[in-house]
Amino acid sequence: MSVMTKGKVTDVEELKKIAKSVRIRILHMLTTAGSGHTGGSLSAADVAVAIYFSKMKFNPKDPSWKDRDRFILSKGHAAPLQYSIMAEAGYFPEDTTQTLRTTESPLQGHPCCKRLPGIEVSTGSLGQGLSVANGMALGLRLDRNPARVYCIMGDGEIQEGQIWEAAMTAAHYKIDNLCAVVDCNGLQIDGPVAKVMNIEPVVDKWEAFGWNVIDIDGHNMEQIVGALDKAEGIKGKPTVIIANTTKGKGVSFFENKVEYHGVAPSLEELEKAVKEIDNE
Amino acid sequence: MSSAQGTERKPKATRNQYGETLLELGRERSDIVALDADLSGSTKTGKFAKEFPERFFNMGVAEQDMIGTAAGLAVTGKVPFASTFAVFETGRAWDQIRLVICYSNTNVKLVATHGGITVGEDGASHQALEDIALMRALPNMTVIVPADATETNSVIRAVADYKGPVYVRLGRSNVPYTMPDDYQFRIGRAHVFHTGKDANIIAAGIMVDAAKKASELLATEGFDAGVINMSTIKPLDEETLLNAAKTGKVIITAEEHSIIGGLGGAVCEFLAENHPVPVRRIGINDSFGCSGGAAELLQLHGLTAENIAEAVKTSLKNAQ
Ligand SMILES: Cc1ncc(C[n+]2csc(CCOP(=O)(O)OP(=O)(O)O)c2C)c(N)n1
Ligand SMILES: [Mg+2]
Repeated sequence: MSVMTKGKVTDVEELKKIAKSVRIRILHMLTTAGSGHTGGSLSAADVAVAIYFSKMKFNPKDPSWKDRDRFILSKGHAAPLQYSIMAEAGYFPEDTTQTLRTTESPLQGHPCCKRLPGIEVSTGSLGQGLSVANGMALGLRLDRNPARVYCIMGDGEIQEGQIWEAAMTAAHYKIDNLCAVVDCNGLQIDGPVAKVMNIEPVVDKWEAFGWNVIDIDGHNMEQIVGALDKAEGIKGKPTVIIANTTKGKGVSFFENKVEYHGVAPSLEELEKAVKEIDNE
Repeated sequence: MSSAQGTERKPKATRNQYGETLLELGRERSDIVALDADLSGSTKTGKFAKEFPERFFNMGVAEQDMIGTAAGLAVTGKVPFASTFAVFETGRAWDQIRLVICYSNTNVKLVATHGGITVGEDGASHQALEDIALMRALPNMTVIVPADATETNSVIRAVADYKGPVYVRLGRSNVPYTMPDDYQFRIGRAHVFHTGKDANIIAAGIMVDAAKKASELLATEGFDAGVINMSTIKPLDEETLLNAAKTGKVIITAEEHSIIGGLGGAVCEFLAENHPVPVRRIGINDSFGCSGGAAELLQLHGLTAENIAEAVKTSLKNAQ
């Protein structure tokens, strides 16, 4: 059994290369599908790649292997990101990516655990992932299983009250086998987060809820890996990484554009976008 | 009554009509306010928001808070229209709707878009197939599912005038004009296209147009299948339903919703107690949806005119 082990990719340059490949696949998938969420898939790409390839242990041939680390994409609309990573890791053949958002596909519009082994729980309705991550972390702790749990949320998503209920739970039960990430790209659907419903001061909020908070540049691979390493060492409280990111990161004409939240690249845009990422 | 009126107009999504009518209402009445949960571009409350920013409240991605705030606004005499996708509006905030809207009987209008399977590619997590059941079970709630843009305009105006909690379910995709141009919606009053001697199809939402097509198909084969638009699912137009059940031999219900607890459920409950006749329910068969094109998904779930026609024939055969 080929088990991917912890720290498989430690080289930051190598992680950056993987992130490029993951971004390019995201764009291809979205263009083929003709719909889907571009901005939020690109903003969280660097953090998600670092989690999967530098930290998590998992086995694509045995997705329910009991000692695997768990990943939950609470901002489920960024499904193309998780699918691209899973394709990169070998969970399914490359050509499956061409079926995104079609009736028979394991790659549904939002992650579906009944269709795609390797997805822990279906997501898509925002605000629910952190609670599930807490539950998995508590279950693993009961089993004395050293596996860790990762959970990525959006900055608009944390407007949901359930997130803060879960934030209390994680601190209350001292869930330290959990590392959460808030993908702070500054945008949601109706506009800038600060204008729609301000969430600041984000760092202070999580600290006040009893979390260990690490505030980083979410596109700086050294900082991401450093934060993930640090999180692992913190005992007695949960860690959240505040990843300051750019929505649409990597493609100049998608970056910081609120209209590219839920629009797939056209063929022309795809060509230009792939070139930009390649030449980065 | 003519059923062909307006067919030359381009299909239009009911949510688009909602955006326009809400804006007009905003101009006519200063007590109208609107709330949304980060989907104002999709639900079309954005139009109202642009012209009346001081009367619009974007709550962010926080549906439960939106419902509570709407109830509070209603208590101060405002007429709040609170909108988001049907899944989140009814599912995420159900207990809030139950306590501070229905139990408290506050004058809140819940107008949800993206109801049903025609949400399409976003897939099951975003397709509300149980929302009518959830809302129908609540005391004091009125539940309305308009068939097209003409009816939506009339419904939105009617619910603004009505005092009490209302749930209006709208769709994402374009739908053909199917109601007569001069049609006037009244809460609790079904629209009878015609009553059939063989069968009667009781439909709501986008299935009204499919029912009309099914009736035409059946007519070519010599069957008389009536079509009734039961756009108010609660309170049900019992008189019209009873008349249909007495005129024809069988009843077929057609809805873009689970066959459990929606229009089909309401019709069965009433008929079982008052005038038992064979009923066949067309709808989603106790399953979740999936990603796909709107038309493709309607086919996949058996929600086409052909499926309805087939169901009518099978029912008639079984009833013999
Ligand atoms: C409960 C719920 N409400 C609304 C939506 C619709 N929705 C999808 S994405 C989104 C905005 C999310 O913003 P953010 O979390 O900042 O995502 P990102 O910027 O990372 O794409 C909304 C409102 C949803 N999926 N779930
Ligand atoms: Mg965001």
